[in-house]
Amino acid sequence: MKRLRLLALLAALAAPPAAVALAVGDAAPPLAVPDGEGQQVDLVRLRGSVVYVDFWASWCGPCKRSFPWMNELSRKYAASGLKIVAINLDKKREDAERFLKVSPAEFTVAYDATGTSPAAWQVKSMPSSYLVDATGRIAWVESGFKDDRKPEVEARIRAALAAK
Amino acid sequence: MMSWESIVGAGLPRLGAVAIALALTLGGCASFDPPRAWEKQYLARPDMQFDADRLGAKNVLHVYFSKEGSSGGYGVGGGGCGCN
Repeated sequence: MKRLRLLALLAALAAPPAAVALAVGDAAPPLAVPDGEGQQVDLVRLRGSVVYVDFWASWCGPCKRSFPWMNELSRKYAASGLKIVAINLDKKREDAERFLKVSPAEFTVAYDATGTSPAAWQVKSMPSSYLVDATGRIAWVESGFKDDRKPEVEARIRAALAAK
Repeated sequence: MMSWESIVGAGLPRLGAVAIALALTLGGCASFDPPRAWEKQYLARPDMQFDADRLGAKNVLHVYFSKEGSSGGYGVGGGGCGCN
């Protein structure tokens, strides 16, 4: 019995921490990160808008391809209440700035070099995007960026805008 | 001469201690966190890959699995007919 208890203790010590992913319908985790000018971008203050939260980094190839598309989305749906917030996860700001010179963003870019926000949002791959509806719930989770997924994601955005 | 029982009897507590020490240290390995998706800046660099030449490695793999009549294990699709 004593040995069993010891074994259970050892097993508990050895078990890796549980990793859960954000799912559709979950409340969006808090998000407050500074933008390029140091202004805080707070998700709570964007309540009422449909927010497309994108986590990216300069060294991530698909991220580079996603920027023109997000620009297009911004142009198309900003008037209907879509806000795109792209959070850069580079350790060095210069890397992000070099990326943005090549792939300019027509939407909000914020910076989190600490990695606390992607941890809170359970980011599993780069890029990862989360559609947050007007009530602050996760309406869609998109891992990675693939051209053939664009219509599906755009449909989700349109649905979230329509439900607003 | 010591009997078998006395050797085992004397060795057991020490064995138990070793087992516990091993379990604790190896447990540390189990809870080791691999780099998260956003921490792979340097791992993603081309010069951090095992293959010096990506195209060359792809070609070698292609010839290999075509000749062996088998595929898989490298994340490559194919039926092993040698035609792909």
